[in-house]
Amino acid sequence: MEEQKDKISPESKEAGRRNFLKLGFLAAGLTVVGGGIEKVLSTEKKENPDTTVFTRDGKVFKADLNCLHEYTAPAVSNEEARRGIPGKKFVMVFDLAKCDGCKKCTEACQAMHFTEPDREWIKVFKMKDAETTAAYFMPKPCFHCDNPPCTKVCPVGATFKRQDGIVLIDDDRCIGCRSCMAACPYSTRFFNWSEPMQPEAVAHVTYSPEHGFPRQKGTTEKCDFCPHMIRDGKMPACVNGCPMNAIYFGDQNEDAVTNSAGTTVKFSQLLEDNSAYRFLEELGTEPRVYYLPPKNRKYPKPDLDSEGKEQKKDAKKPDMNKGMASMNM
Amino acid sequence: MEKPKYPDSNIPAELSEEVIREDSMRPTRNWGLSTKIWLAFLFSVAGWGLYAYVHQLRGGLGVTAMRNYVSWGLYISTFVFFIGISHSGTLVSAILRITKQDWRMPITRIAELMTFVSLCFGGIMPIIDLGHPERIGNLVIFGRVQSPLMWDVMSIITYFTGSTVFLWLPMIPDMALMRDRLTDTTKRFDKFRKWLYTKLAIGWTGSKSQWKRLELVMTIMTIVIIPVAVSVHTVVSYIFAMTLRPGWNSTIFGPYFVAGALYSGSAIVILAMVIFRKLYHLEKYITYRHFDLMGRVVLALTLIYAYLNLNEYWIPGYKMATAESHLLHDLFSGSYSSAFWLCQFGTVLLPIIVMCFPKGRTPGSLAVVCTLIAIGAWVKRYLIVVPTLLHPFLPIQDVPSDWSQYFPNWVEWSVVMGALSGMVIIVTLYAKFFPMMSMWEVVHGAQVEESKRLAAEAVAHHEIEVHKSETAKAAL
Ligand code: SF4
Ligand code: SF4
Ligand code: SF4
Repeated sequence: MEEQKDKISPESKEAGRRNFLKLGFLAAGLTVVGGGIEKVLSTEKKENPDTTVFTRDGKVFKADLNCLHEYTAPAVSNEEARRGIPGKKFVMVFDLAKCDGCKKCTEACQAMHFTEPDREWIKVFKMKDAETTAAYFMPKPCFHCDNPPCTKVCPVGATFKRQDGIVLIDDDRCIGCRSCMAACPYSTRFFNWSEPMQPEAVAHVTYSPEHGFPRQKGTTEKCDFCPHMIRDGKMPACVNGCPMNAIYFGDQNEDAVTNSAGTTVKFSQLLEDNSAYRFLEELGTEPRVYYLPPKNRKYPKPDLDSEGKEQKKDAKKPDMNKGMASMNM
Repeated sequence: MEKPKYPDSNIPAELSEEVIREDSMRPTRNWGLSTKIWLAFLFSVAGWGLYAYVHQLRGGLGVTAMRNYVSWGLYISTFVFFIGISHSGTLVSAILRITKQDWRMPITRIAELMTFVSLCFGGIMPIIDLGHPERIGNLVIFGRVQSPLMWDVMSIITYFTGSTVFLWLPMIPDMALMRDRLTDTTKRFDKFRKWLYTKLAIGWTGSKSQWKRLELVMTIMTIVIIPVAVSVHTVVSYIFAMTLRPGWNSTIFGPYFVAGALYSGSAIVILAMVIFRKLYHLEKYITYRHFDLMGRVVLALTLIYAYLNLNEYWIPGYKMATAESHLLHDLFSGSYSSAFWLCQFGTVLLPIIVMCFPKGRTPGSLAVVCTLIAIGAWVKRYLIVVPTLLHPFLPIQDVPSDWSQYFPNWVEWSVVMGALSGMVIIVTLYAKFFPMMSMWEVVHGAQVEESKRLAAEAVAHHEIEVHKSETAKAAL
């Protein structure tokens, strides 16, 4: 809950023109909820009730600044969310030689998507392919497969492949049959078995398949490649959360990928130079996520013996503002 | 009547029409105290199951033992098992009808009823397993025919409709008879029964054209229902086989499931035969001969099933590919090995050996063998669904302990037991309203036997005459 309060960006409290515009944008996200606004407005004490906000559909109203939560996702229609961002083909590259298994990507993703602590949309595996081969860390988000077994089996088209390569889930349509979970060979999907926790910051947000909250009991969820961040010109949280600059994200059509250091490289060249591979290529799922082999690592390899005994590191709260850093796309 | 010899007749020829009808209809007339106690027991189990389901609806599927790795558990295993049982009716009824096996007559009704009830509850299991059962309409609004689950929905609905008709068609002449016999409708209950029989008999008078039409429709249904039944269990297997997971990614899953379905379904028919024969005193009709023949059928089906089991495990077990090997080690020598080997030896191999002997095909030993088969088939379904989910391609690491193991909890057991007693409730009620034997078919069978007997007698008589005249000639 505390983290989510952080999300109300402190800048938004600065008065001025910028604020006005920003709030307009903000409210656009809120108006769609209709009754939701009143709820937000009425539950908290009024401090600055004179801020003018106007909505996407042209309505103007006054609101208390403190009562509005920043909602970073532009409100896209369900249709747009199903179609995807035109002209793009998103890809992700993990440089396993740089990954030291710190799980900062997981933390950043969890904070940004308000996931329950045990749902790791991006999970860092300790891998060892054979007795004799080297151990390494392997972060694994959803692969956003080009031949996705999960979307094929969905009886209602609640999970779907978009033209920009992203595989999303529409929780408003999902019937909770979990065929997709059975079909995904990478154990990527999670199910809301019980009533999910509903952080105040997102509880009143309009649902969109592009960010997956507010969550619903009885539906599936997984890594979504952060399309709401991308639409905002930002990088996915995990990419920016990586202190080792090990994650690259970008557009295959532009042939450019960027990591958290802001380094933009040629995607094809990166794959070429590092003999990139895709996980379990033989399954034919055609992942959109690539791995660079863990060669010449600078950090200790994972300790597989301590498997299971290891306590979850009490890591600092992820720096959300960093997660919002602009991305050159 | 009951002797360990195997009388050659399908139905004893000396039975008159009236006796047959009386024997079939008698149990429908008295609702004894035991029936009421039995029903009360069943309803309380079903009620408990319903309570567990409501509990699940409130709290979400999280109240079950299922978690993110084992995302399908007892419900889906039971779904596969129930749909499997439903193959019994088709097999006994349609296949034996098409091959003109006259001995089928006293047992077709039981078999068709088994199909009907197991489909009722088999079809409900996946709905119980849904996270959003109230959105079931999405299957119509947004349905995608590319999804194996959609194939299941379509084929199960087709099969359910088909087998309901298939159960009802041969009931029509019987319903007309019961309608006509029920003259005293002073009691409200009898009034209801009269109404029910009248509705179900849809104006049957027994005219020649009606018989002709019935024969025709039944022939068509017999032919249509067989491919539908095969398709049902094939597509049930496809919800697994269409994935890439080790253990499910198999090309023989279609026939493997169909064989498993026939194996368990015919065993359930035998169990029902044993029970109704005892309860309803049908020893005259369901004779040792029927058990002997059904035993042979089950033996053949078990052999086919065993053969497919061999293929399903021996081929990957020989190669031991990486992903498969983890699963296979778990099944062959790991945590699931005792269940796995008990299934293979106790419920496949042992029944084969027992049923090879004529003594093994008597009602007593068949009851034991078929119980083993039914339990084994259920456990085997579980062993197909759960261990595979516990052996994904990526290792299970750093997850809450309840994710990496699975055993159904009280909610799942209660719901499944509730469904099972729901099935038994329908069977019990059915048996209290309708005759458990297709009366007109059995009467017809008895007439056939009678004419056979008369013909044989005539021949014998003729031979004696000939012999007499020959000896007379010789004497001259
Ligand atoms: S990784 Fe799994 S969930 Fe993601 S697209 Fe591929 S099959 Fe679907
Ligand atoms: S659980 Fe939801 S998203 Fe997954 S296959 Fe079923 S309906 Fe589709
Ligand atoms: S791309 Fe977005 S949703 Fe996926 S792991 Fe990274 S932060 Fe999480």
